Amino acid sequence: MTHTRETTMRLKTALLGAAALTALAPAAMAQPTERGASGHLGLFYWQAPSVLNPYLSAGTKDLEASSLMLEPLARYDENGTMVPYLAAEIPTVENGGVSEDLTSITWTLAEGVLWSDGSPLTAEDVRFTWEYCTAEGGGCAQLAKFEGVTDVEVVDDQTVTVRFDGPQPNPYTAFVGYQGPILNHEQFADCLGPAAPQCTEANFGPIGTGPYVVTDFRPNDVVQLEANENYRDASKPYFATVTMKGGGDATAAARAVLETGEYDYAWNLQLAPDVLEGMVEGGTGQLNTAFGASVERIEANLTDASPDLPEGERSTVAHPHPFLTDPAVREALSMAIDRTLLTEIGYGEAGRPTCDLVPAPELYASGNTDCIEQDLEGAMQMLEEAGYTDTNGDGVRETPDGEPLEMLYQTSTNAVRQDYQALIKEWWEQIGFSVELRNIDSSVFFGGDPGSPDTFQRFYADVEMYTNTFDGTDPQAYLSAYTCNKIPSPDSAWVGENINRYCSEDYDALIAELGETADLDERGRIAKQMNDMLTNQSHIIIPLTARGELSGVANSLGGVKLNAWDSELWNIADWYRIEG
Amino acid sequence: MLTYTIRRLILAIPTLLFIGLVIFLLLDLAPGDPMAQMPLSIPPEVREQMREALGMNEPVWVRFYLWLYQFFVVEPQVIFDAIFGTGFAEDKLRILSWQFRSPVMDIIAQRVPQTLWVVGLAYVVGVVIAVPIGIVSAVRQYSIFDNIGTFVSMVGFSVPTFFTGVLLIVIFSVQLGWFPSIYDTTLVVTGWDSFLAQLRQMVMPVFVLALYNAAQISRFMRASMLDNMDQDYVRTARAKGMDERVVVLRHVLRNSMIPVITVIALGVPQVFGGAIITEQVFKVNGLGQLLITAIQANDLPMVQTLTFMFAVLIVLFNLIADVLYGVLDPRIRYD
Repeated sequence: MTHTRETTMRLKTALLGAAALTALAPAAMAQPTERGASGHLGLFYWQAPSVLNPYLSAGTKDLEASSLMLEPLARYDENGTMVPYLAAEIPTVENGGVSEDLTSITWTLAEGVLWSDGSPLTAEDVRFTWEYCTAEGGGCAQLAKFEGVTDVEVVDDQTVTVRFDGPQPNPYTAFVGYQGPILNHEQFADCLGPAAPQCTEANFGPIGTGPYVVTDFRPNDVVQLEANENYRDASKPYFATVTMKGGGDATAAARAVLETGEYDYAWNLQLAPDVLEGMVEGGTGQLNTAFGASVERIEANLTDASPDLPEGERSTVAHPHPFLTDPAVREALSMAIDRTLLTEIGYGEAGRPTCDLVPAPELYASGNTDCIEQDLEGAMQMLEEAGYTDTNGDGVRETPDGEPLEMLYQTSTNAVRQDYQALIKEWWEQIGFSVELRNIDSSVFFGGDPGSPDTFQRFYADVEMYTNTFDGTDPQAYLSAYTCNKIPSPDSAWVGENINRYCSEDYDALIAELGETADLDERGRIAKQMNDMLTNQSHIIIPLTARGELSGVANSLGGVKLNAWDSELWNIADWYRIEG
Repeated sequence: MLTYTIRRLILAIPTLLFIGLVIFLLLDLAPGDPMAQMPLSIPPEVREQMREALGMNEPVWVRFYLWLYQFFVVEPQVIFDAIFGTGFAEDKLRILSWQFRSPVMDIIAQRVPQTLWVVGLAYVVGVVIAVPIGIVSAVRQYSIFDNIGTFVSMVGFSVPTFFTGVLLIVIFSVQLGWFPSIYDTTLVVTGWDSFLAQLRQMVMPVFVLALYNAAQISRFMRASMLDNMDQDYVRTARAKGMDERVVVLRHVLRNSMIPVITVIALGVPQVFGGAIITEQVFKVNGLGQLLITAIQANDLPMVQTLTFMFAVLIVLFNLIADVLYGVLDPRIRYD
């Protein structure tokens, strides 16, 4: 254990040193002033992009790659603040951009933005993007971003109004963030609906307004790009050409940036902390982390998943769980966990212990810390007081009805998750549970096959563990997953996001209230209350670790601002080569 | 011989259709979902619509028939069009990959060059090294050369490529910096410099694979030579006073090659299958990497098409091996 702590400390020192260097760098070395002055940039995305149209694939790798060409009206910066990109400014109720009744938002496009083919960006392109994604039979991956949108109206060439079917307290869903960039309406005109996959040329090389243009795309292998001649800032991007290479695994990616220096930037380096520490000593690069809202958590099943029940009744609200329905049991489970130790072992600098379902942004984060301290004694006492004692001396407690506290704990197959499972099992057995572990291939676990008994929605286990997050900075859609009407069941073909089968009138009332509240502080208050209801008040959800993005950056690469709220490449036009 | 070949080719058709069906059903019955890799923030209703757009909700027989039609009718038409500039395949739906949303054949064609260069060259190098080593090892059985050969082939055989590959990268890329650890598939050889660059990036993957191939084939060659060395016809040849050289290279070698040719011929389809592990280690991104990423992404049309093409090649090279038997051994004639 001490070894791991030491390792982490050394890694921390290395990171701090690196951070200090980065901070000093711009002062010491001048930024270039003209387009293409920095030469060539090598990005390594070990999960290589498959398609460059973000509406056909929601995979993060594809969204990141497409953000080099395609841009939204507004996106989030590294602090989660919205910044205008193709829009002239962020519309608000104050500046008249959002209507008083919150049913429409009017965007004004920035002046003089050109597509990479030289034609001007117009409001027609914005409207077309909406038509493209909502076309019947297209299977648009970002359809949820347009939920509630009834019309996108072209007011004039530079102005477009998005109308909603009711008041929308968060109107920044459509055309915001790297999930919602604007497509060129001429290029995609014949690609609506079922014709979408037939436009290979457009899907593999979309005309965009962004800093780069695709010159060669080989799916799951490599993307080659060059600076967009028509980019709106005449002095940017500083890199003339970019290669985005894929293949191999995270270790190979880390090696290419940190040890051999063949590439300048490596994405998603989720590796064991001690492996990374050894690589940083290679000396050609450093690690960058940024935290968004991702949380690794354990979810408790409030219904009985016992295999003794007939098929169709297992894990349904018809049969409440024999002991997980008791808040005292769930709280004891949470108290027994040492989140700090778990996080150090599993994620190192790329994780932080957390007690919240919504750990960020600040406006919505409760910032609870009461769960951080592990308390095995307290957990045992709590079980004892609630009437769970070991009556037959086998080391496992029984419920007052005599049923032993036996649990099946499932998650997806992944080295870090199996470490978590082993440690948590150990702690839970210390306080008197009997725990069986199970891991399922992620393509099955997260796949939606209604016929498979192993999906996370079907939840044929007592507790399960995975990571989830939300797009952008507003948690409304995320929190609304836990309403009564979203409980998966055989009647809904196990579709539904409320996998705990949690149901509370108070909670449902709060989500309705959140849906009608526009005032940001008030929204923050409601969201925090909902977070607390699910976590430290009831422990239905046991948050473990807030997970950050972890990327490798070459020492000679300047201008990188790692962003967990949007594409990591969001400000690539500002990246430059540090001469030295 | 010709009638035999034609008969075998005709027999191959039902075999291949059956293989195609088995692959299709296996893939269909296996658990997994192409949407599993999407972030959880995509709601279930949207996922369902995406599945529908992929055509996943059609009954299995419809999908199999469609795939057969596309593979045997539409794709050949596309090739025909490309060669003769005709328009047979216009507006016809080709086999579309679920991850790329583009025709699978185009991607496969894109991947063939690097696989042939790296895996194919490694195979050729392996065979060229293995045959002489096998011959010398057999002729000088238990000599120092034979012992070293046995040791090296045991190492090549038993140490997996994911170990030798990473070991080479750590030594030659990280420590010494001689060779790149990442294969650049976009490199076009236009002159001396780019040729050298191509050579440098091929050295490590080719070495790793050639070691593995040579180990296998040299053992076969040695064993087959030893089997023949004790035969009566060899003694007769020697008794006639023939030069030892002629005995070994003309009489023994020719007879020993028969089983080795089968092994070599049956290994050729594996070249097209790519070397999944080695391609991943060196980021060659050829057919092997294409197959493994398609499996991970549950991209059934891609997996189905690739595995079926491998099946075709295996059936074809089996036939070639059988025909070569007849060429090498006049006693074997099938008519």
